[in-house]
Amino acid sequence: MSREVLLSVRDLRVDFPVGRKTFTAVRDVSFDVYRGETFSLVGESGSGKTTIGRAIMRIHPASAGEIRYRDRRVSGRIDAASERLLRQKIQMIFQDPMACLNERAKIDYIVSEGLYNFKLFRDEEERKEKVERALRDVGLLPEFATRFPHEFSGGQRQRIGIARALVMEPELLIADEPISALDVSIRAQVINLMNRLKREKNLTYFFIAHDLSVVRFISDRIAVIHRGRIVELAGAEDLFARPLHPYTRALLSAVPVPDPDAEAGKRPAGYDPARAHDYSRESPAWREALPGHFVLGTEGEAEEWARGA
Amino acid sequence: MSGETILEVRDLRVSFSLRGRRLTALRGASLDLRRGETLAVVGESGSGKSVLAKTFLGMLDRNGRVDSGSIFFDGKDLAGYSKERDWLAIRGKRIAMIFQDPMTALNPLKTVGEQIREAAALHRGLDRAASRAVVLETLDRVGIPDPELRYRQYPHEFSGGMRQRAVIAAAVACRPEILICDEPTTALDVTVQAQILDLIKSLQRELGMTVLFITHDLGVVASVAQRVAVMYSGQVIEEGTVREVFYDPRAPYTWALLASLPQLGVKGEELYSIRGTPPSLFKEVVGDAFAPRNPRALEVDFRFEPPVFPVSDTHWARTWLLDPRAPRIEAPETVRRLRARLARGTDGPETAGGGGAATGGGDSVQGGAE
Repeated sequence: MSREVLLSVRDLRVDFPVGRKTFTAVRDVSFDVYRGETFSLVGESGSGKTTIGRAIMRIHPASAGEIRYRDRRVSGRIDAASERLLRQKIQMIFQDPMACLNERAKIDYIVSEGLYNFKLFRDEEERKEKVERALRDVGLLPEFATRFPHEFSGGQRQRIGIARALVMEPELLIADEPISALDVSIRAQVINLMNRLKREKNLTYFFIAHDLSVVRFISDRIAVIHRGRIVELAGAEDLFARPLHPYTRALLSAVPVPDPDAEAGKRPAGYDPARAHDYSRESPAWREALPGHFVLGTEGEAEEWARGA
Repeated sequence: MSGETILEVRDLRVSFSLRGRRLTALRGASLDLRRGETLAVVGESGSGKSVLAKTFLGMLDRNGRVDSGSIFFDGKDLAGYSKERDWLAIRGKRIAMIFQDPMTALNPLKTVGEQIREAAALHRGLDRAASRAVVLETLDRVGIPDPELRYRQYPHEFSGGMRQRAVIAAAVACRPEILICDEPTTALDVTVQAQILDLIKSLQRELGMTVLFITHDLGVVASVAQRVAVMYSGQVIEEGTVREVFYDPRAPYTWALLASLPQLGVKGEELYSIRGTPPSLFKEVVGDAFAPRNPRALEVDFRFEPPVFPVSDTHWARTWLLDPRAPRIEAPETVRRLRARLARGTDGPETAGGGGAATGGGDSVQGGAE
């Protein structure tokens, strides 16, 4: 299978001004997302995972580094055509289905907003058709178009959020914790829906999440981010079978699994960067410790971790 | 684990009046809490788990009332309590509660130490110096470093995890017999969550407290609880030890809940998903409340409410499937895989994975999900 790089992030840095100083939320972040895969970025609050998603969407400007989409630079100053490509082909799905829909607009308008912005329809008829198709795609009835968001449950609202993205016929969906606010049963519905849409529409997903155990089920590859830097990147099963970086291990051991026997006597591994690493002589760098399995560490660390795996 | 029953809830019905309509939040919920145990109450939003806990403290919103049923605690029926004065002898003093968001539980204008001290002084009748000493000791016990300094600080100077520790300290400083934890870790990062769960476990052991843990996260249940009560639509529909409920669930809703967990799913396959939504709490429920969403529902489920059927001394469920007259209905694939773990001893790591072992059910085969 030849793998086309759809999105490529190189040495990304994102700074925020804090008073007169700057705070670097994300640094030295590099990764590729291949067409058709589900790539997940996992980290705790404040790790910079959402900032990366927003930098791709140009909500936050990249302070350094480069983001390319289909071989077109989409970070920094870009021309109108690139901007248009990005705004149409990359869509976002948000965490809180209560907060992300305009309460005063009908579903018809909410789903059409992108179409209006880009004039992606010839006439009213075609627009209505597109909205109807998007609603059907996410398992909602076309009649819902005339209703308001408050008339829907959390799961339905998340579907509306997905419909709004789908109507643009995107290639890449950036989903920022799309299921963490949902109940267990609704969560399964949304996961199944997203997996089905991915197959049917040949979509690529960039998932942002904090829960490793849920992400495993949906991801092809997972990157773990800690304090603004990616510390490990590997195939989903590989990451679970052989977590190399001590932070990944800590994160994995901290997530309680729904299995009482596995939980009994489990001791979460802590992670204290000051004690886990000695970077006084050699700074950590991005290395391929095992085939397709990358870590942030010194040469010695990478070798040691790979040996222990 | 088999302590005496410290709190006994029977057929509790609670309703709220909302814009002229009655919303029934609890439809005859029953529960036993045993001294010294951690019981997890699991359920999705709207199942009534938080309302249930609030009735133990007389903390229902003003438009809510207990319609019938009983809550026996130390020989008294709390369901009959109406005066605030009666509740003051219970709330915080003998039954304490901690909530999801530690920021709203703390007063931002008072130092953390002082607000805990006030509560401890009030409930334990201690003077200033004695209550201060209790607070310092408790802060230390809940793992807050440098208690002297932290005592003088304000809530905004605490991180999320430390705030939750402070709230736990406030609850524990009054030495309650029962500690109710309502989703205390939902707002926290996983590594911090692991620490807080550890703390609650060790406090429970050391102080001999009884813990009622409300959560929607089945991973958290497996981690903290000895027993589980599963709630659906205002009722407890299954209660048992964690091993019984996770490895030998009997109620179709418990099956569905476990089968829809991505952590237990097989990658590349559809997850079992529960169709539809829970029934409206404004309407009267006829029969088994889960029947309309249950592809395996029997005819009787739509007509009569199932009673409680015992499975073992420690395990019961409300489902007609346990009636001797019921046909044999096979559980979803995921549940059958889980059953294999019941026989196995208390070892075995990791969940999910590749090949799911078929189990000795051998019943009439009935396909997987919808």
